[in-house]
Amino acid sequence: MKKKHFFAKIYLTFVLIMLYVPIFYLIYFSFSSGKNMNKFEHFTLAHYQTLFLDNRLLTIFLETILLAILSSLVATIIGTFGAIAISNLNKKGHKNTLLAFNNVLMVSPDVIIGASFLIFFTALGMGLNFGSVLLSHIAFSIPIVVLMVLPRLKDLDLALIDAARDLGANNFQVFTNVIIPAIMPGVFAGMFMALTYSLDDFAVTFFVTGNGFSTLSVEIYSRARQGIDLEINALSTVMFLFVLILVLIYYLMTTKKGKRGKRMLGGVVK
Amino acid sequence: MFSKKTRTLFIVPYLLWIFLFVILPILLILWYSFTDSNNHFTLANFALFFKNGTFLKMMLNSFWYALIITVVTLLISYPAAYFLTKVKNSQIWLLLIILPTWINLLLKAYAFIGIFSNGGLFNQFLHLFGIGPVNFLFTDFAFIFVASYIEIPFMILPIYSAIKEINPNLIQASEDLGASHWQTFKYVLWPLSRPGVESGIQAIFIPSLSLFMLTRLIGGNKVITLGTAIEEYFMTTMNWNMGSTIGVILIALMVIVMLVTGKTRKRKKVNL
Repeated sequence: MKKKHFFAKIYLTFVLIMLYVPIFYLIYFSFSSGKNMNKFEHFTLAHYQTLFLDNRLLTIFLETILLAILSSLVATIIGTFGAIAISNLNKKGHKNTLLAFNNVLMVSPDVIIGASFLIFFTALGMGLNFGSVLLSHIAFSIPIVVLMVLPRLKDLDLALIDAARDLGANNFQVFTNVIIPAIMPGVFAGMFMALTYSLDDFAVTFFVTGNGFSTLSVEIYSRARQGIDLEINALSTVMFLFVLILVLIYYLMTTKKGKRGKRMLGGVVK
Repeated sequence: MFSKKTRTLFIVPYLLWIFLFVILPILLILWYSFTDSNNHFTLANFALFFKNGTFLKMMLNSFWYALIITVVTLLISYPAAYFLTKVKNSQIWLLLIILPTWINLLLKAYAFIGIFSNGGLFNQFLHLFGIGPVNFLFTDFAFIFVASYIEIPFMILPIYSAIKEINPNLIQASEDLGASHWQTFKYVLWPLSRPGVESGIQAIFIPSLSLFMLTRLIGGNKVITLGTAIEEYFMTTMNWNMGSTIGVILIALMVIVMLVTGKTRKRKKVNL
């Protein structure tokens, strides 16, 4: 039995090494004074200097974060309300129809979402800018919020709501004092997922963005197409630390709330 | 739970979203696929797709690539998911496996431009065995490698949760009754973890058809998938009608894949 666990650890370590080598490869060469990722020349922080003086990239970085926060907030509000509405439906058929529509954007390939949104915005005569990207990010984040909130609503004890009403609570009070606290972990998980969806998206943004606005993913893509630029390596170190902090905050907040088993684990299926 | 008025208030923004961003885009892409640039109804786009050998070849190619990527990912992920249920501190191992998925996909793809280059890590590694510099960048191999690399965590997660659900007594019972490791795997572990494998395949096969950024950065335009073609028609040649046609075909393929994997799941329920 012991030998088996040993082998398990070896295999998992091997998988982890494979998963992390590219990331640390990038970080390692961000400190090299060379021009490519073949040979480490001398230790230097020059690429970080260029990065922090690169106003264009810094603006894009901040705009990407703003976009993620805005889109996840709006998607969380609409998605949570939608989930409450779905769980309130009496007819099972209606429920299933709405859920089917909800899942369309979850399973569609990114190129299809991007291309159809591009047609949609053009048909409406909307310009392709921050607005169109924001609307798209809200649109593809809503379904995951609904899926995260719905199980919580299912677990919600209806007697609690009846009790609140018997004690004289009005609709608004029932909503803010009973339902919202009960589904909060789901709402929170949904918002976190929406945030990562937005930060990680490339394909949809690539389709619906115009000349004036770019996100980090799109910018990295256009720079990477021109070849190796160690400034991107420096950027990846910064992003890695950013992700670490974000994940740490998320884990601290969810573990404090307890119920470890129910926590949704998983990154972005894109 | 609520009065009708409040319910309406809750559902209106959500229904508006479904109409504007789910139904309308699908109708628009269908409309574009059945019209020409003058908005006249035509079947010419579809005729071109099915008559022209290059389109069909491209479709088979992307299917083939997606299949290889899915199989490679499954072969690496299944043992990993199984071992994850066996080790101590599996939560920490799991977190370490999930963490790379939060790193931007483009950065990971960019890393491989360096790794696969002539003097890069991969060739340095091969050099140890005296195999000397092979050009990996812009090959099918590189594309499949990077795509599998990116999808592995998404395959491990659903399989892990499926295997975790299996009652360990079942495995023990099978071993007590004299089954070999292979028999236990074939008759107990694999059938019971099938739902996880199926959702993993669904999560990987379909996105693999549309990884156009990888085909551009790593495949160097040699690998053309349906996704690459759609991107090309929409962003470069600006022939949105043909692009939509390929999109509609991709949607049709996707529905078929989901029906196939969905059906087996239903059948399984009866078996149990």
